[in-house]
Amino acid sequence: MHAPQRSAGAAIEIRKASKRYGAFTALNDIDLHIRPGEFMTLLGPSGSGKTTTLNLIAGFTDISSGTLEIGGKSVTGLPSHKRNIGVVFQHYALFPHMTVGKNVAYPLTLRGIKGDDREARVKRALDMVKMADFAHRYPNELSGGQQQRVALARALVFDPPLLLMDEPLGALDKKLREWLQLEIKRIHRELGTTFVYVTHDQEEALVLSDRIAVFNGGRIEQIGTGRELYDSPATLFVGRFIGESTVLRGSAEISGDETVMTTGGQKVIAHGRLAGGARPVILLRPERVALKRPGADVVSGENRLTGTIAEAIYLGSGSKYEVRLADGTIAVVRGPLGAADFGICDTVDIAFLPSDLILLPDDASADVTLT
Amino acid sequence: MTATHDEGLRSAVDRSAFLSRFRPRGAVWLAAPAVLVLLVVLAYPLGIVVWRSFTDPAVGVDNYVWFFQSAVNRTVLQRTFVVAAWVTLVSLICAYPYAYAMTIVGKNVRLALILCVLVPFWLSGVVRTLAWVILLQDSGVINSILRGLGLSPVKLIRTLPGVVIGMTQVLLPFMILPIYSVMKGIDTRLLQAARSLGAKPWKAFLQIYVPLSLPGVYAGAIIVFILSLGFYITPALLGGPRSILLSSLVQNQVLSLLNWGRGGAMGVVLLVATFVLLALAAPLMRQKHTSSRREA
Repeated sequence: MHAPQRSAGAAIEIRKASKRYGAFTALNDIDLHIRPGEFMTLLGPSGSGKTTTLNLIAGFTDISSGTLEIGGKSVTGLPSHKRNIGVVFQHYALFPHMTVGKNVAYPLTLRGIKGDDREARVKRALDMVKMADFAHRYPNELSGGQQQRVALARALVFDPPLLLMDEPLGALDKKLREWLQLEIKRIHRELGTTFVYVTHDQEEALVLSDRIAVFNGGRIEQIGTGRELYDSPATLFVGRFIGESTVLRGSAEISGDETVMTTGGQKVIAHGRLAGGARPVILLRPERVALKRPGADVVSGENRLTGTIAEAIYLGSGSKYEVRLADGTIAVVRGPLGAADFGICDTVDIAFLPSDLILLPDDASADVTLT
Repeated sequence: MTATHDEGLRSAVDRSAFLSRFRPRGAVWLAAPAVLVLLVVLAYPLGIVVWRSFTDPAVGVDNYVWFFQSAVNRTVLQRTFVVAAWVTLVSLICAYPYAYAMTIVGKNVRLALILCVLVPFWLSGVVRTLAWVILLQDSGVINSILRGLGLSPVKLIRTLPGVVIGMTQVLLPFMILPIYSVMKGIDTRLLQAARSLGAKPWKAFLQIYVPLSLPGVYAGAIIVFILSLGFYITPALLGGPRSILLSSLVQNQVLSLLNWGRGGAMGVVLLVATFVLLALAAPLMRQKHTSSRREA
């Protein structure tokens, strides 16, 4: 009843990798280092290059330029069946003519593992995903979630040092997805295998990952832990893709060590200044902003912008407000449980300290790609 | 956990409930015209054939006794099945790669390949068979080419290989089309999955793709085999005295000798033998999984 043995995960080293299809560049000069045993998520909108990166690692497509090393060895030109990598697909890809047990035994059979040894390893892998009772069923007799658990067992049964998962939970409903996320996390902890996980769902990325690489337009915008990406995004795209946010734009002046932005006739003070001549924008996180009655509860040094409540949503764990500011920007504000209630059309101030906002260079592509 | 376990079962139950809810009453009558035609043109004449085989010229099993006592009849019956088996095998060998090619080529080439299958299909069987006579005869196109190449001519016309070649060409579409229709539904991403699990490309093809294509192979093989058993024109024109098939014997009994009872008995023997073979093949075709089609 033990899970497959802990194996040393493989490191992945991608340097200056590009992938071109004719005139189209799917992947543009990316560098990515994944540590042994790490849970790395490749996050981004569709067409951002994350699946291409996964396919390069899996050996399903060839790299156009650059280098790719797995476990310290270059795998350029090595076909996928020689890479010894587990892959889990969004479409499960279970063999419909084989039972669950035969599916999971398949990679072992290919490796010449027979008899009791094979049976024991199949059982161990199915136990790990809690599917041992289904060994004699056929895939079409299982639900999507069950099929994906079998696919996971099949991809791990041969103890690969690296597991790739391509939006494995994309076809499942929310409840099941959340439960399976925790299962995947548990399995990763138990095995010590390197996991590379592709998703477009930032919440899923935050739940699962040690680190996240955010892809946009064939490039990696930032690599970091969830906390790093949320608290200090390197680009406006990352700031907007991870978590909820409000973007304030306006004319900015530098005064000493501060950036002063005028938006909708009101001033916002931000600490620090952007390097270079980039046009700054201000990113606000909903929970770092307080809603106050106009002019009330003033804290020294805080920024205040006046607006009216456009939408008030009760979420159970708190409330969410959308506040229309003077220049028409909609600011998202999260009110904690027990905070004062506001109604639609109330005039309010949104208040935030200069240390709670994020100053970033403007980037028009951040708006276009977020659809 | 239990919720997810029951999920598959529940959705299966929902599906059947959905189907029965929307199944209009009396839908069975939609099949009435076809059933009527089959009754009139198939069941009724077949009934007469069976009836006469037991009653013409006298009541009893004399016709069957005659059939099995004749060495010629037994040889021809056996030869009919052997030829059908060869035609099925040769058709399969030609059709499988052809159908596979149809699934992997571009749209225009696929259209051309489909036309290559269908155009001969639209020509009359007699015309095609006469074309084969021209090709196969001793002074025909094939032997002229062989002679031109300095090779010795081969005897093709009025031999079993000649009959098999001609029948295969006529029946090939019946093998290609069912195989193609199954193949085009196979999710080729399964091959990618197999390779990721460590299968060499040819192994992935043999162990994953081929088994999933078998329903089409079985369907095509059964159609071709059964059509071969009753083939008349092609073997009659391309065959010789040593390659006579059962259909020619039946024709001889009924039309030349006006012996309807014996002809009927031969037909019934062929029919029963076919059913026995189908019954033997049936377990092969019973597959637990329903389909390999990719989900939407």
